[in-house]
Amino acid sequence: MNVLIILPVILPILAAAISTLLKASRTSQRVLSILAVTGSLVASIILLFEVKQQGPVVSAVGGWVAPFGIALVADMFSALILVVSLVTVLSVLVFSFGSRRNDEMWQFHPAFLVLTAGVSLAFLTGDLFNLFVSFEVALVASYVLITLGSRAEQIRNGITYVVINIVISIFFLTGIAFIYAAFGTVNFADLSLKLGSAEESLRIALALLFLVIFGAKAAMFPVFSWLPDSYPVARAPIVAVFAGLLTKMGVYSLIRVESTVFLGGGIGTIVLVLAGFTMVVGVLGAIAQNDVKRILSFHIVSQIGYMLIGLGLFTTAGLAASVMFIIHQIPVKTSLFLVSGAIEESAGTTALDHVGGLRKRLPFLALMFGLAAASIAGLPPFSGFIGKLSIVEAGLSAQSYAIIAVSLIVSVLTLFSMAKIWSGTFWGEFETAQPGDVLVRTGHRTMMGATGMLVAVTIAIAVFAGPIYALCEEAAADLIDPTRYIAAVMGK
Amino acid sequence: MTTLVALVVAMLYGIGVYMILQRSLIRIVLGLSLLSHGANLLLLTSGGSAGVAAFIGRFTGDDKVVDPVPQAFVLTAIVISFAMTAFCLALAYRSWRLTGNDDVAQDEEDVRLAEMIATRNGKP
Amino acid sequence: MSEWTEQTNGSTSDLDQEIGRPSMVLDVVVRAEFHALLVASLWLLFVGHNLPGGGFVGGLVVVAAFGLRLAAGGSAELLKSLRIRSEVVLSLGLLVATGTALLGLVNDGTLLQSRELHVTLPWLGEIATSSAFFFDLGVYLVVVGSFHWLLEVFSEPESEGDFE
Repeated sequence: MNVLIILPVILPILAAAISTLLKASRTSQRVLSILAVTGSLVASIILLFEVKQQGPVVSAVGGWVAPFGIALVADMFSALILVVSLVTVLSVLVFSFGSRRNDEMWQFHPAFLVLTAGVSLAFLTGDLFNLFVSFEVALVASYVLITLGSRAEQIRNGITYVVINIVISIFFLTGIAFIYAAFGTVNFADLSLKLGSAEESLRIALALLFLVIFGAKAAMFPVFSWLPDSYPVARAPIVAVFAGLLTKMGVYSLIRVESTVFLGGGIGTIVLVLAGFTMVVGVLGAIAQNDVKRILSFHIVSQIGYMLIGLGLFTTAGLAASVMFIIHQIPVKTSLFLVSGAIEESAGTTALDHVGGLRKRLPFLALMFGLAAASIAGLPPFSGFIGKLSIVEAGLSAQSYAIIAVSLIVSVLTLFSMAKIWSGTFWGEFETAQPGDVLVRTGHRTMMGATGMLVAVTIAIAVFAGPIYALCEEAAADLIDPTRYIAAVMGK
Repeated sequence: MTTLVALVVAMLYGIGVYMILQRSLIRIVLGLSLLSHGANLLLLTSGGSAGVAAFIGRFTGDDKVVDPVPQAFVLTAIVISFAMTAFCLALAYRSWRLTGNDDVAQDEEDVRLAEMIATRNGKP
Repeated sequence: MSEWTEQTNGSTSDLDQEIGRPSMVLDVVVRAEFHALLVASLWLLFVGHNLPGGGFVGGLVVVAAFGLRLAAGGSAELLKSLRIRSEVVLSLGLLVATGTALLGLVNDGTLLQSRELHVTLPWLGEIATSSAFFFDLGVYLVVVGSFHWLLEVFSEPESEGDFE
C-alpha cells in the first residue's frame, strides 16, 4: 500500500470537513486550505519521482486486489498532470485570498477543497466507476462554486451548466452499464485485456460511446456550447480553476480510456475530424466576442482541439505532444483567467468596449497578460510554442497534413484574438467602467503574486522543456502499449 | 425478462429526454430523475439474470447468486442522483424566488444575436 | 428588481395563509411517530453490516422524520428538531468516515481496510461488529446533516437570504 497515492485525495477531503467546522474564522480556513493543497502537491511530486524510478504505482483500496477491488494507479501520465494541476490549484487559492468578495461566503473553502479532491481522484483512479464517482465529486463542488452567491444570472447560466453535466453523467452511467454487461469488469487494466480479444465492432461502438461522453465533458465539437455560456458568470478564481482543470479532466479521461482501455479503438480519423472542427469553431467564436472572459472561454474550446490531435494520430510522438500540450495549457489558461479577474477587480468590467489603456496604470498585469498570451498563441520561445511544435512534428511524421494545416491557421487566429484583448484593455485611451482611476486594493499584491507564480510556472515549462518532454514521451509509451500498466495493476 | 426491462428503460429515457426539453425547471428536474432511474435500471440489468441475494449465510451451494457489483454501482448512483436532484430543486427554488417563475430564462447572448440578424435583414 | 421581490413576497404570503395552516391530525401523528422513526433509523444503521440497511438508508429515515416535522409545524419546528447546526453534523460525519478510512491505513496498511471488532459493554454483553460500522456511522451523520440543511434552505422565511 502506497500512502503517497492516497494523500492528494484524502487530505483535501479531511480539510474540507475541518474547514466547515472552522467557518467562523476565515483566516484559519485559509491556512487549512493552503496546508491541505500544499501537502497534496508535495505528495504528488514525490509520487512523480517514484513513478519515474519504478514505473506505475498501484494501491488497492480496502485490500481488495484488482480486478475485484478499486485500484488507485499513478502512471507517468496521471502523475505529471496531477502535479501541474495541484500547482495551479495552489496559485488560484492564493489569488482568491486577494480577490474581493470571493471567500466572503464560508462555503467557498470546503467546496474548493472537495473540488481538489475530486480532480485528484479522477487522475489517480484505475477503474471506470470510480472515475464516474470522482467526476461527480468534482462536479458537485463546481455546481456549488458556480452558483455561490446566487445572483440571478449565475442561477440562469448555472442551470445550463448543471443540467448538461447531469445529462452527461447519466450517459456515462449508461456506458458503464454496457461495459459491465459485455465484460463483467470496470477495471481499466482488466478491461484492456478483455477488450483485446473482443469483437472489432463492439470495441468501436463502445469507443465511440465514450468519445461522446468524455468529449462532452471536455467541450469538444459539437457538444461545446454549454461552456462559453456558463463559465463567464462565475467569479474569476472559480472560473480560472474550472478552465484549468475541469475540461482537462474530460480530456485526461478520454485519452486514458481510448488508449489504455480501447487501445486506439480504430476511431482515429473521427477524432482528428472532430479535433479540427473544435479548434476552428472555438477560435472563430472567440474572435466574435467582445468580452475578455467570453473570448477566453471560447479559447478553452479551441485548445481542446489541439489536445485531441495526439489521440487522433495515436502514435507515441502524437500522444507525447498531447500530454505536453495539456501540461502547458493548464497553467497558461488559468493564468489568463486570473488576469481577467484582476482586470475585473481593478476596472469594474471585462467588456472590451468599457476598458482600455490599463498598460500604464497596471504595468505588471500587462506584462503577465503579455507573457501568457504569447505562450497560448504559440510564439517562441514560450511553452505554447513547444507544445504546438511537438504536435506539428508528430502530425508531419504521421503524414496527417490537413490537421496540421488547420492547427497552424487556428494558431494565427488565436494570436489575432489575443491581440484583440491586448488592444482593447491595455492599449489605447485610458477608460474604466467606474468613475476615476483604477481601483488598486490591498489584495492586489496577493493577486499579482499568484498570477506571477503561475506565469513563472509556464516559463519554467518552456525552460525545462527537454526533460519534461522526455517524461511526456515515457507517458505516451505507456499509453500506446499498456503492458507495464496492466502488469502493475494485475500483479503480473 | 430482459426485453421487458429494455422496454422500460427505453420508455424512461424517452420520457426523461422529452421532459428535459421543456421550459419549466421543475419538469427538467423530474426529467433528470427519470433519466437517472432509467440508467440505474440498465445498470442493474447489466449484472445478468436474477438470483439469491449475495449475503453470507443466505444461499446454499447450488443456489444461483446474483452479481452484487452492479447493485453496489446502482446504490452509489442513486445516492449521487439523489444529491443532484436536491441541488437542482434548490436551484429551481432560488430561481423562483429571484424571478417569480421557474422558467429557464432566455439566453442574453442569443437574444442579442437574434436582434443583430433581424436588423441586418432589414426587419425592425 | 425591488418591484419583483415585492410582488413575489405578496403572492407567497397569500399562499402561506392558504396552505400554511397546521393540520391537527398531521401534528398529532408526527408527534407520535417522530421518535419511533428515529429508533427505526438507528436499527437500520446497526443491522446494515449483514442485512439490508446501513448508514444512507438510516439517515434518510431521520431526514424523512425531520420532513414530517417541517410539514406539521413549519420551519420553527424543523429548527427545533436538531439542536446542533446541520453543517456541524455534516462535517463531523465526514471526519468520522475519513478517520475510519485512515485508521485502516494505520492498522493494516490499506485505506478503508475493515476489521472485525469484539467489544464487551456493560449490560449489553459482548458485541461483534466491524470497523466498517464507523464508516457507516459517518455516512449516517453526513446524510442527516446535509439533508437537514437542505430542508432548512427550503423552509427559510422569504425576507432573508435574497441576495442583491
